[in-house]
Amino acid sequence: MSKHSGKAASWTLADGVFEFELHREPCNEIGTALLEDLERFVEATRTAENDADAIIIYSTMGPGFCAGADLRELYTGMQGVSIEERVAGVRRFLERIHAVMNALDASPLVTIAAVHGVTFGGGFELALTCDLIIADKMARFCFPELRLGLIPGFGGVPRLRRDLGNAVVRDLLLTGRSINATKALGVGLVSQVVAEGKALDVARSTAAQIRKFDRATRVAAKQFAKPIPYAELRQEIEVFCQLLARPAVEEGLRKFVESSDALPYLP
Amino acid sequence: MRTIDQTTDEILTLAAAHFKVPREQLRPEDDFYKTLGIKSLQALELLTRLEDHFSVELPDYEFQGVSDFRTLAERIQARL
Repeated sequence: MSKHSGKAASWTLADGVFEFELHREPCNEIGTALLEDLERFVEATRTAENDADAIIIYSTMGPGFCAGADLRELYTGMQGVSIEERVAGVRRFLERIHAVMNALDASPLVTIAAVHGVTFGGGFELALTCDLIIADKMARFCFPELRLGLIPGFGGVPRLRRDLGNAVVRDLLLTGRSINATKALGVGLVSQVVAEGKALDVARSTAAQIRKFDRATRVAAKQFAKPIPYAELRQEIEVFCQLLARPAVEEGLRKFVESSDALPYLP
Repeated sequence: MRTIDQTTDEILTLAAAHFKVPREQLRPEDDFYKTLGIKSLQALELLTRLEDHFSVELPDYEFQGVSDFRTLAERIQARL
């Protein structure tokens, strides 16, 4: 077994399965620390590509899988710099996170997100890169970005459009509401809903099943069934950066950051 | 079809069980954020429990601004 311990996430490789564990307080917000661990992880999966068949991504944080981008880090980074510098800094971050998300999406390994609780924004986008989403019955999915004057920036809408019907995509995007695991199953977003606390167990048994099949066939099947919407993903970065330059975004982020609620998911 | 009183009672029982407070401490007019000592994350958990129990979808925006059990029951009742 090989393993790596990072600041925000750690992983192991055993019996052909990578397990990527998110463990950053309070709910795996995706900032620089987690991005760096994700980049190292993607590199590790490339190196061990011939020794592995599956990747499981899960969280050990009680509130959920991942609450999304680290908005406090984003807000802090926006202070005292010009609009141009602000957009340039965010664009650099987006280019890096897109490279990670695209690599996971196109990985020759089968990727499984085992999610529970809050699966919001960037966390939802991380789950959407995976081939399968296995959801604890208490999981909730949401794109809250419009509340901040932004759109999802880590590939969310292109991947959601790839996987789901437009009625669901527009509902989630334009209302910013969250949906539960049962609804997510009904619309085809998740492949299995399981009892509370059992998502990782089921993901492991699913990975064991996947390992029974021929690797080359599996890779061909995945490439055929899961095209990567690269052009839309590039477009998303441009739209996000255009929106970011507006004063309303900074005001929305300020309200979020100054909230007394440690997890201000409901405005 | 449940009455509004039945729906309210089921919400109180469900909230008491989920947040481990004595059922008799909860009243329909209570501010559940204060009575249960919860914030947004726990409110989301309650929302999921309620959707599951009543087999309804309750969009967050209908939940926002609601803080007492009785009004919550009315919002759910409208979807039963």
